[in-house]
Amino acid sequence: MNEFSLEIIHLQSLLANGLQWNWQIDGWIMVTAVLCAVAATILGNFLVLRQLSMMGDALSHAVLPGLAAGFLLTGTRDGFVMFAGAAVIGVLTAVLTDWINRLGKVDEGASMGVVFSGLFALGILMINQIPHTDLDPACVLYGNIEFVYLNKTNLWFLGLESVQIPRSVLVLSVICIVNSLFTLAFFKELRINCFDPALASTMGMRPKLIHYSLMAMVAITVVACFESVGNILVVAMLIVPASAAYLCTGRLSTMIGLSILFAVSSAVLGHLTAIWGPWGEIGTSTAGMMALVSGVLFCLAVLFSPTGGLIMKWWRKSRLANSILEEDILAFLYRFGETSSQSKQIAIASNPSEIAAASVEQIQDKLLVPVRAVKKMIASLSRRGMVSSSGDQINLTEKGRRQGKDIVRSHRLWEQYLASTANVSGDKVHANAEKLEHFTGPALRTLLDHETDGAMVDPHGRPIPPETPLPENTESQTDSNKNL
Amino acid sequence: MNQIPMAYFFEGELWQRLVRMLSLADHNTRVVLAGTLLLGISCGVIGSFTLLRKRALVSDALSHATLPGIGIAFLTAQAFGYSGKNVFLLLFGAAIAGCLGMASILLIRNQTRLKEDAAMGIVLSVFFGAGTAIMVAVRNSPEGNMAGLSDYIYGQTAGMLATDAWLIAAVGLVSLSISILLFKEIRMFCFDTSFAHCQGLSTRFFDSLLMFLIVMVTIVGLQAVGIIMMVALLITPAAAARFWTYNLVKMTWIAALIGGFSGVTGAFISGLGENLPSGALIVLTASSCFVFSLFFGSKRGVFVRTRRRWETQNETDREHLLRDFFEILEGKNLALTTSQTESSAEVPLGKLLAKRAWKLSRFRKVLRFGTDQGWLLESDDKIQLTARGAREAAKVVRRHRLWELYLIHFAGSDPNRVDRGADMIEHWLDPDVLAELESLLKEQSPPSTVASSPHPIEKDIWSSEEEKFDVGSIDKGDRQSEDQE
Repeated sequence: MNEFSLEIIHLQSLLANGLQWNWQIDGWIMVTAVLCAVAATILGNFLVLRQLSMMGDALSHAVLPGLAAGFLLTGTRDGFVMFAGAAVIGVLTAVLTDWINRLGKVDEGASMGVVFSGLFALGILMINQIPHTDLDPACVLYGNIEFVYLNKTNLWFLGLESVQIPRSVLVLSVICIVNSLFTLAFFKELRINCFDPALASTMGMRPKLIHYSLMAMVAITVVACFESVGNILVVAMLIVPASAAYLCTGRLSTMIGLSILFAVSSAVLGHLTAIWGPWGEIGTSTAGMMALVSGVLFCLAVLFSPTGGLIMKWWRKSRLANSILEEDILAFLYRFGETSSQSKQIAIASNPSEIAAASVEQIQDKLLVPVRAVKKMIASLSRRGMVSSSGDQINLTEKGRRQGKDIVRSHRLWEQYLASTANVSGDKVHANAEKLEHFTGPALRTLLDHETDGAMVDPHGRPIPPETPLPENTESQTDSNKNL
Repeated sequence: MNQIPMAYFFEGELWQRLVRMLSLADHNTRVVLAGTLLLGISCGVIGSFTLLRKRALVSDALSHATLPGIGIAFLTAQAFGYSGKNVFLLLFGAAIAGCLGMASILLIRNQTRLKEDAAMGIVLSVFFGAGTAIMVAVRNSPEGNMAGLSDYIYGQTAGMLATDAWLIAAVGLVSLSISILLFKEIRMFCFDTSFAHCQGLSTRFFDSLLMFLIVMVTIVGLQAVGIIMMVALLITPAAAARFWTYNLVKMTWIAALIGGFSGVTGAFISGLGENLPSGALIVLTASSCFVFSLFFGSKRGVFVRTRRRWETQNETDREHLLRDFFEILEGKNLALTTSQTESSAEVPLGKLLAKRAWKLSRFRKVLRFGTDQGWLLESDDKIQLTARGAREAAKVVRRHRLWELYLIHFAGSDPNRVDRGADMIEHWLDPDVLAELESLLKEQSPPSTVASSPHPIEKDIWSSEEEKFDVGSIDKGDRQSEDQE
């Protein structure tokens, strides 16, 4: 292994000689990396969707004895035999896992683990018996993408002059095309099999056959990528871009497109960071950096994805929380006015200017939220003409009062409904109504009114205010309905 | 090997090594064997819990995630002017990276809509990728080429020192005592998480505890088995032990035994030759134990279960044959009772065979068993039930019809549909259930006689033309029952 690493160091110092970009070397490395990433990620989408991600890991380990056997038979790692051996072992891994899972009643993950670790150990033992080969444990693990340009092969275009391209590029291009054709040709079958295997079965699609052909394709792809990025980083290319794409969209075709985009970016950025990153003179492993960059892209997807990203989730949550707090403030001010008007024996409706004002401290005291949040919401409410503040005192405007009344009406209707119709005990209705009031529109209020036989008071004996006939009052309520 | 004469073998290097290792002459041999033994035992115990918790592959992700930790610990130590080869420091780095990996898995699982399998795959590959990149930097550092950090990837027991063995012993002791002290709680947690939760145990605490134990044993195992194959030592012995017992305590003991055996055997064989990596050999020993247990395990092994199924099949076949016999006789108004004392009339063989879609060999086997038991008498393609056989047949049919009647009267099933249900369950009705059925159905069926079938018995459609089955009536019946539904 040390000999090998010395070679890498030597080659890399050659490669990054003065950190110069060399098209002959870096160009081919990048082409290989991109092809490898694309070939793997196309199939990876289906692994992620079928929750078989660890099968990718299992296959990438388990093909080793197939490779070693192919190598022992032919004495070369270029041959077709190695691919065949790997494909056979790949399907065998899937079959054995399934078999141990069903017949031995071993949990699926565990049977996968038993099969692939056993086969990998066998492969390592076999490789150790082959003296002086370029199929050694280190290249199994890390690949040798830095070497690809050394092993070139002739290619004739339309009988014209021959072009020399690296063998890996040729192989990976073929694999890429085959994988794309496989996905395009069986897109419908693969999709149904991902989302509803039972449906696939009733439509006569033979899910088992689809499953095993997918496994065989993954195994072949793994072998083709093996010598470039190594077996564990194949797992990165299989799973990570596809997972990131999964977080960003809900459509399979978009997901595949996005995953290819992520895969290409991680390959290109991976190589660039490997030679120009803070690694000193000689750069670092391109394969490792590809995996790391794909991980970074995944983290970005987790944070910024427009559908399920954490930031989007947080923003929606805080918007909902704000609108609920606003409604709570309006309802509080309405109730406050109600109690003080009762003590003064004045009907509020007849004399709106007499609505009692409350201070921020009083609101904060009742709603148990920070002063800052209350002040922010009051500022936003007064911008929209819901409240007016004079000095320390906050007053409801006519518009705000209607809104507050609707919320209080929703609250008391719900309390009455829960107590009378749903048989919820009296001490629990308030907490429930407190949540439900924010998601209740005029239509639901009418229904509740009907269900409670037009009750005038809630279970606590407070009056249920009448419905306001104006449609524009429900503006913010429908907003909160949308957020739900 | 075949070309080498035996004499050469005994004088050769291999023999000498074998003798030296068997006699535990070298200090190093003793250290390595003790270390791998202890490692195998603790992995077996912890693995049993992770297997039952269905977390087997987590150990794979966690062990891969330790690589960047090892590299960074090495580089950090060097940056502060210490030697990077301090095992404790490297393992400390590995532990931190492992815990980070564990946290990442939990975060991805809980905070995104990805499932645990994708979370494990992502952590495994991205952490390992980072590790690969850092390892290149390690190799380029002054001490790098001699650091032997690559041993952590595939495992190499030869380099194990006494301190390493002591470390394994310490971690093993801690994890064992935690498992013994919290055995009841862990067991509850493994089998019924929601029940454990109701008992006031914190799911999060035990999940984290289990993951922490995995990280601990994984890290001390890195040296012997390596990052890649560590997962096998945690999964395989436990999975193998499950074939031998249904009892968790016994399973844990057996898993520890298999783990210890694999560790010692793998390390031992590895010590015999040059190109024999210890990690691979330990794993292969464990895999062989697994394969052996899979087939020969005394409780859930494939052979035992196949034999059990085979026996059940035979018993079912026998009872079906007896019932067919009974029904044929019944069709000729020669019904038997459970207190029959004389042999029945003779029935041609072909008529019995026509009742079932059996191959001739299967039919013959059932017949042979019947004659051996003294139930049947066979002569010139005609069979007769002995008195014993007749009683047996009457019992079987009685069970079948009791169940049919039960389905009709108490479960509201359609009479045309009860035959199949009774067909399946008639073999498993034990005396208690029969007694209960009898008391429920007293008026329908007086004891010791067999009630007539509540539905028309299918005539042998294949054997005789004139008794042609009335397809129309069945269709009508089916349609009626569908209408009722």
